[in-house]
Amino acid sequence: MLEAGGRWRARWLPELGIAIALTVLPFVFEAGFGALDLLTRVLIWGIFGLGFDLLFAFTGLLSFGQAAFYGTGGFVTGYLLTSGTLSNVWLAMAAGIAAAAVFGVFVGLLALRRVGIYFAMITLAFGELSYFLENSPLATWTGGENGLPGVPAPSVHIGGFSMSFGGSWPSYELVGAFFFAGFVFTRFVVLSPVGSVLTAIRQNPERTAALGHDVPAYKLAVFVVAAAFAGCAGALLGIFQSYMPPESFALDTSGQLVIQTVIGGAGTLIGPAVGAFIWLSLRDGLQQVAAVSDLWKFILGAVFVVLITFLPNGIVGAIFRLKSHVRPHHADGIARRDDAAPGGTLLAPMPNVTAPGAATLALDVRDIKKSYGGIHAIHGVSLALPEGRFHAVIGPNGAGKSTLLRLLAREETLDAGRIFLHGKDISTADVTAAYQHGMAKSYQINQLFPQQTVRQNLRIGALGRHRGRWRLDVFRAADGFATVEEIVAALVKELGLTECADLAVNTLPYGEKRRLELGLALVSRPSMLLLDEPLAGLSPPEREGIKQLLRNLGKGRTVILVEHDMDAVFELAEQITVLQEGRKLAEGTAGEISSNLLVKQAYLGGTMP
Amino acid sequence: MPTLPQFLSQAFNGVALGCLLALISSGLTIILGTLGVLNFAHGAVFMLGAYSGFVVLSHWGSFGAALIIGALVLLLFGLAVERGLIRFYYSRPHEHQILVTFGLGIMMVEAVRHVFGGLSQRVPLPSWGQGIVNFGFFFYPLYRVEAIGIIAALLLGFYLLLYRTRIGLVVRAGIEDPLMVGLLGTHVSRVFMVVFSIGTMAAGVAGVIYAPLAAVIPNMGEPFLAESFVVVVIGGLGSFPGAIVGGIVVGEILSLTTLFNPAYSQAAIYAVMTLVLIVRPHGLFGTTGRV
Repeated sequence: MLEAGGRWRARWLPELGIAIALTVLPFVFEAGFGALDLLTRVLIWGIFGLGFDLLFAFTGLLSFGQAAFYGTGGFVTGYLLTSGTLSNVWLAMAAGIAAAAVFGVFVGLLALRRVGIYFAMITLAFGELSYFLENSPLATWTGGENGLPGVPAPSVHIGGFSMSFGGSWPSYELVGAFFFAGFVFTRFVVLSPVGSVLTAIRQNPERTAALGHDVPAYKLAVFVVAAAFAGCAGALLGIFQSYMPPESFALDTSGQLVIQTVIGGAGTLIGPAVGAFIWLSLRDGLQQVAAVSDLWKFILGAVFVVLITFLPNGIVGAIFRLKSHVRPHHADGIARRDDAAPGGTLLAPMPNVTAPGAATLALDVRDIKKSYGGIHAIHGVSLALPEGRFHAVIGPNGAGKSTLLRLLAREETLDAGRIFLHGKDISTADVTAAYQHGMAKSYQINQLFPQQTVRQNLRIGALGRHRGRWRLDVFRAADGFATVEEIVAALVKELGLTECADLAVNTLPYGEKRRLELGLALVSRPSMLLLDEPLAGLSPPEREGIKQLLRNLGKGRTVILVEHDMDAVFELAEQITVLQEGRKLAEGTAGEISSNLLVKQAYLGGTMP
Repeated sequence: MPTLPQFLSQAFNGVALGCLLALISSGLTIILGTLGVLNFAHGAVFMLGAYSGFVVLSHWGSFGAALIIGALVLLLFGLAVERGLIRFYYSRPHEHQILVTFGLGIMMVEAVRHVFGGLSQRVPLPSWGQGIVNFGFFFYPLYRVEAIGIIAALLLGFYLLLYRTRIGLVVRAGIEDPLMVGLLGTHVSRVFMVVFSIGTMAAGVAGVIYAPLAAVIPNMGEPFLAESFVVVVIGGLGSFPGAIVGGIVVGEILSLTTLFNPAYSQAAIYAVMTLVLIVRPHGLFGTTGRV
């Protein structure tokens, strides 16, 4: 009971804090700065920033074109109202937000085809495009360089009570209510499985996709949410100042949003609002000082450069960091569940949906081919693995072992041939679909989410299988799936990672990371497990540990092991395939392979006696 | 329908603008390709070039001096910025590099605004650039013809530097794989410094040449930054030939659309960029796998 109360408090404390701040701050602003409107402006930027924070800080997508959606929301709302098309301000706002979201779908579909630098360039280009569209071709509707004056304020009529949101205080109440609702919503998103997936995408998009999450769909979703928030902020701006300015579309607007978010603290949700306060009060304050009146933006630019260089987490981020140094808290705030049931049944392979006949092979690979340029990496390989087989693939360097695993895991397209997993044709499936169908792979080079804890890492993998490839369950807690938590707890124990379960992965030594890498492949309870050199880089005692783990967890699964440690291969594998130059050289039991002359030649070269 | 002389003169305008964009974008793209840094201050560098041209021209009236001094000022500026700021960012995320150059760009624009004021200033045409050329079927301002010639010569020099010299070989190898160039014993950080300075100089010289064509104003670089992004996306990231071809393509689209409906000239280049992104996501001359 007490613990439940504590969790509840921890969950809702930030919301409570924001509610109190929104109640107290207007009086402070009115008394201290003599301007309530400053706070209203700060909050409009704050709403704009809530969506951008999800996009930039959580998902890692730096957009320089958010002005496009801010302007769209504002101008669609403004046009509908000033032209007399709509008289209901709420409906017009909804239309403006919807228009921004639809524009977001369009821009997102194009910009999200690329990441990083390209993404920043393309979003900036679309921002400039919308500015030009507003300024000339659409000037009949938008007023061009003049903007749209006379945007009315909304009002509510309930029974005999009616209230209009025009004027300083009512505007503040309107904007404050939207900010609070937006904050509550974004916090739901952050704490939901969707939030976990977004964070995972930022740190390792390839592995997130390989763990069953539809990365492009989640990226588009967060892009559209950010666009809707921008549209909402734009609509509120027009209503608040009874005028929609064309500069809302300018690059400066997108840039100001980015700067405010970074100065205030990206990834803190309230950072953008704090940054907006700094920006706006510096501008207003410095303009009063004659000597530097035209230098306020230069000073802001300099502050920004200094902050980026020395304090990349922004002001709020730095305060959080300081606090967490003073009082180390349990990441997640979840009680450890070391008393979890032993992993045996919990971690057994999830039963397969498709099992048409008892005679179906677990994996049926028919004459697959893959070449890079003129090099035939895989040149017609077939494999037939019955359910539960522990199979190994060996061969000299460059034989095509890793390519074979990448093809089986559906990380690469096939040139020819077909692959059936439990009777289902997965020849054209992607890595996400293969994972959903019971395939999982552990990588030769660790592919983890370095800033997340061990438990969070495993959770991302378990959620991928449990929730399916795509779901917008933003009102559920990421740690609220009982089955997922049980599996994760059992696996943590099985992997021997109990001590460091709540430590960030980038603080762990290599051996632990290696075990977690294996755990990420197991957490979906796969029926088909692909292991790419799981023993690479480990010391002999660590190897023994992993081998024991493979013996335990390989039970009941079909496994393909690629490994250079021949002792391990001969010890673990029931059947071995030898690859050479992309073709199958031999296949048989350990005994047959070790006495095969061709194999000896392939490894040692020359002619053997 | 526009007449043939109108069409030809707009097409010629397109070449002039295209050359200018090619020069700016080639600077942007080699910095991007070699250092992996997307320089958001590149538009501000262009503006700084235009203002140094403005200062020299209004003091001495010599365009040659403006070109040389402008180039030197921007070369040194690039050197200082790379040594003083950018080099600390090579190992940081792309997003931080973008942000810091964006902040730098703001500081440059605001510093110029503080010194020269926010109003636009006219830059006189050089004495040898005044007048009109008669091409037989249409007339064209002399200075624009000369500007095309100067930029073509500069681009040729740039090409020779990149493809015919030792340092160019290192730079091109660095675009392919900077880590490997370092492992092969080249002092990569020195190469980075040179590339950043040369890239900065290219945009600065473009600014000097542009100054007499239009008035100078502190935020004049902004549209050129966006347009050079479009050029790089169309031409392919890190590709020098891509910057040239992309520059001409974008210049022609801007000019020729203006002939039919000026309101859509900007929209047209973004439409083409979108098309390239769908059909050839890595640009006309880009290779897959980079960034």
